[in-house]
Amino acid sequence: MSLDRALEIVTVTHPGMVRSHNEDAVVADAARGFAVLADGMGGYNAGEVASGIAVNLISEGLRAGLDAGGRSQLDMGALLREQAVKANGVIYQTAQSQPQCAGMGTTLVMALFHDNRIFTAHVGDSRLYRLRGEELAQITRDHSLLQDQIDSGMITPEAARLSHNRNLVTRALGVDPQVEVALGEHEVRPGDIYLLCSDGLNDMVEDEDIRLTLTVMGPNLPLAAEQLIQMANDNGGRDNVSVILVKVVQDFAAPRNAWSRLLSWLGL
Amino acid sequence: MAKLILSLDGQTVREYLIDKERITIGRRPSNDIQIDNLAVSGEHAVITTILNDSFLEDMDSTNGTLVNGEPVKKHYLQNDDVIEIGKYRLTYFTGQAAAAPEAEPQDFERTMIIRSSPLAAKPAPVEEPVAASHASTQPVSRYEEVRTDEEEPAPAPAAAAVKPEENQPVAAIQILTGANAGKELELTKTLTSLGKPGVQVAVITRRPQGYFITHVQGESFPMVNGQTLDAQAHVLNDHDVIELAGIKMEFFFK
Repeated sequence: MSLDRALEIVTVTHPGMVRSHNEDAVVADAARGFAVLADGMGGYNAGEVASGIAVNLISEGLRAGLDAGGRSQLDMGALLREQAVKANGVIYQTAQSQPQCAGMGTTLVMALFHDNRIFTAHVGDSRLYRLRGEELAQITRDHSLLQDQIDSGMITPEAARLSHNRNLVTRALGVDPQVEVALGEHEVRPGDIYLLCSDGLNDMVEDEDIRLTLTVMGPNLPLAAEQLIQMANDNGGRDNVSVILVKVVQDFAAPRNAWSRLLSWLGL
Repeated sequence: MAKLILSLDGQTVREYLIDKERITIGRRPSNDIQIDNLAVSGEHAVITTILNDSFLEDMDSTNGTLVNGEPVKKHYLQNDDVIEIGKYRLTYFTGQAAAAPEAEPQDFERTMIIRSSPLAAKPAPVEEPVAASHASTQPVSRYEEVRTDEEEPAPAPAAAAVKPEENQPVAAIQILTGANAGKELELTKTLTSLGKPGVQVAVITRRPQGYFITHVQGESFPMVNGQTLDAQAHVLNDHDVIELAGIKMEFFFK
């Protein structure tokens, strides 16, 4: 089943106002219902190698996994984790074997839409937000030193704005042979807008302005994406900035076959 | 490197570099910063430092710890903070002049990976691995958890950036025709939407370069001074007349 008609997806990535290289990478596939965003780091230009490997390998892996058939039987969370773990291994091996890639790594946030649900996986400080009605919610929790400090009560969210430790992530793909992937699963409603972004957006633009942009410009998704990038750059654009917007246009319940209908009718 | 300067009655006693993760302050000789005074508890306070950030914690001392005149239990130290313990003062200096994040060299801002967090705290299990046996009929458990999270002060460490628009002249829109004629709307937000949702919507964006009008939705595009706009953002000048969904309005600087 193609999700083309249920989902509208826009991707934009921009180097920002200060950096010469764009180490962010984005991929989206509306028909199969997924989006992947990675923010590379480390080495001279190896950050873009790491994020490139991540989005290419993962999107290929997801396409193969989803096209293999039996989509309704797939464990989507396991599929996402498997792809993230595989990409982690390849980036790690490359970093070990190529001196110019030593120390590279990448964050990852991805979303897979299936049967009126969103399955998420992330590593690092790239985020997923959801606009529902006029309310913006941050769905993922950063794997960053700052978030750990907030969680442990060492620092208040207000004081966090002043912190010098904004740029330290505690998890990334490609840094260790193993990686712990955070998975999530949520119900989806028509009208929802999902935002995947690199920290170049949420470090430069306040949540309230993100919310306002998605609320007001939501009917014109490409314009909303451009506006988010523009606000990050107007505020200084100190980092690469990438956004993927996914609007749920209509519901996408998975078709049930006769056998499963019978089972549910029997209450099994 | 950050440092602390110990003083008594305005006279500097000693200078301490913050060169390790945990620095203890108290009356006993085992402390890193020993203050031999009866008003100071044996183990009075401790400063924990993680990379560039230092945190002061009072160790339930008898006479308490003040920062800038206020009693504190835990405090995130900022440049120039004055810690008072008994009659002694410790002034905290980050060693980074004008420690504003935007003034730092670019490389400092590059994202870096640290292998394991110095903090033992595990992030709350909001989106830890979902159980594999998730039946499609099950209620949306994850969603509810996320919702309760939002009730707390949103963990949104966003935008340490300076907002360039803040010294910009404020502009407004005055409605010229229709039922709301004469009404005025100040354009204080980053984005202001105009028109009727589902019919014709345009937004005015407030940018460092000025105010821009952009078409968002609807078959017909807005007009400015009788000219129909295209899909591009259009800069607004003082006393421009905008026409949108049959309503005329004037843009002006206040």
